[in-house]
Amino acid sequence: MPDQAVSSNAIVPGKPNRLVTESTVVRIALIAIAAAFLVLFLILPLVAVFQQALVKGLNAYFDSFADEDAQAAIKLSLYVTAIAVPFNLVFGLAASWSIAKFEFTGKSFLLTLIDIPFSVSPVVSGLIFILLFGAQGYFAPLLRTLDLQIVFATPGIVLATIFVTLPLVARQLIPLMQEQGVGDEEAALTLGASGLYTFVTVTLPNIKWGLLYSVLLCNARALGEFGAVSVVSGHIRGLTDTIPLHVEILYNEYNFVGAFAVASLLAGLALVTLAVKSLLEWLYADDLAASAGH
Amino acid sequence: MYGIARQKEPSVIPGFGLTLGYTILILSLIVLLPLCALILKASSIGLGGMLAVLRDPRVASALRVSFGLSLIAAAVSSFFGLIVAWVLTRYRFPGRRLLDAVVDLPFALPTAVAGIALASLYAPNGPLGGFLISLGIKVAYTPIGIFVALVFIGVPFTVRTVEPLIAEIEREVEEASATLGASRFQTIRDVILPSLFPAILTGFALAFARGIGEYGSVIFIAGNLPYVSEIAPLLIVIKLSEFDYVGACAIACLMLTGSFSCLFLINLIQAFARKRFGYA
Repeated sequence: MPDQAVSSNAIVPGKPNRLVTESTVVRIALIAIAAAFLVLFLILPLVAVFQQALVKGLNAYFDSFADEDAQAAIKLSLYVTAIAVPFNLVFGLAASWSIAKFEFTGKSFLLTLIDIPFSVSPVVSGLIFILLFGAQGYFAPLLRTLDLQIVFATPGIVLATIFVTLPLVARQLIPLMQEQGVGDEEAALTLGASGLYTFVTVTLPNIKWGLLYSVLLCNARALGEFGAVSVVSGHIRGLTDTIPLHVEILYNEYNFVGAFAVASLLAGLALVTLAVKSLLEWLYADDLAASAGH
Repeated sequence: MYGIARQKEPSVIPGFGLTLGYTILILSLIVLLPLCALILKASSIGLGGMLAVLRDPRVASALRVSFGLSLIAAAVSSFFGLIVAWVLTRYRFPGRRLLDAVVDLPFALPTAVAGIALASLYAPNGPLGGFLISLGIKVAYTPIGIFVALVFIGVPFTVRTVEPLIAEIEREVEEASATLGASRFQTIRDVILPSLFPAILTGFALAFARGIGEYGSVIFIAGNLPYVSEIAPLLIVIKLSEFDYVGACAIACLMLTGSFSCLFLINLIQAFARKRFGYA
């Protein structure tokens, strides 16, 4: 996702130039079409989550979380996310450092590999781990000797979640670090700073906002991953059900208030993620304007 | 490691071997190894076996539903995505920042949550579904429902790929066109749209590729009726629950071929755009 800097050639209100912009009527019509489309397809579904969750009042809403299975699902999701997000954070930092700060052959191939999880169907992402670790999988004999269970258990859910969210941090940081170049780091190193010290005091402050947003997005996606996790989890209630899988169970049992109440946790998290992103873009745009004035 | 990827020129920056080695190790274990398992399984079936699976009318119908509806949804999403991108970059109006933030919602909202929300909205007793039923249009539990879900997930791809290009269009080009006597409509049709076309096509391909594989947001609203509204990813899940790994792999391979062809197409478009318009 490219960051959206405010366009420098945006129309300034009060100074319309008929030759290089549309007439007021056309502009209002286009804004209305865009707004109607976004409200109908994106905002209404979001509102529906909270409306359906609260349709029977606050008590029914909070009762949905008292359920033992719901609590087990929330705990499992938090556990999986607590492993997947740091893992992808370290991978993202290593990948972006090596790809953005150095020139080497085979770089574009590496970038393609990093992108693969984005272009694979979530269901296929789960399927590949079944093929490796399932009862008839390629590693099944080895797992039997070691008495390990990976799919239909927590390790499989962790693996599938890591796979699906792997590109998120790397993809956000690589363009950012490429744009910043190596000048700052070279200066610090020439002045005698160690490699690690340079990374912590020069590189990290430069990328902190991109890093923060990508970690938040990775967090939201890890908690909410459905397709891949659904294939490897085995759906054992109270044991291998994550939050989105529990939402599915409740929904299919026609417990709509329960389903939407649990879903509202994830929707709330998505809202926080988007709010932080907008805030960062807003502040970031101000920073850009300040530096352009020098 | 150095054998595979050697630095082109020495650098004072430390950590090349360590970070690149770690990156390659993780990619091999998490991405390459599992994908090899899929390819190995598929090759053990052979081309004949794969074709036999794909000749099954239920499989063929699911693939038609997934590919066909993704195509239509990506087209609709590209059309409205272009308008949204134009409005968000060119105009200033109250609520612009809110609409801009909302565009990313399908990235951040879990697919299952989007799925049940869409299903409840468009169900015959839901607020939108009830209204549409009175017009004689049934959305939920029909292919139209799948279409709605696929438009939802396509929006960020189609908007975000076009936006930076609109921001980059040089005002001088539009002014030149206007000075030479073109009407605003002619400028948009003959000057602006052609230069945006590669980006629109890229967004379309991304949305299409994502649509083929989409699962969570679709299955709740689709109704999942075999031969009518059953999507290919769901059929993989069904095959897996029947322990038919061969069948599941065959469908997965065809879907992967579809999305990788899309990625390849995107790279071609971007290479063309770089040559023709000087941007990526």
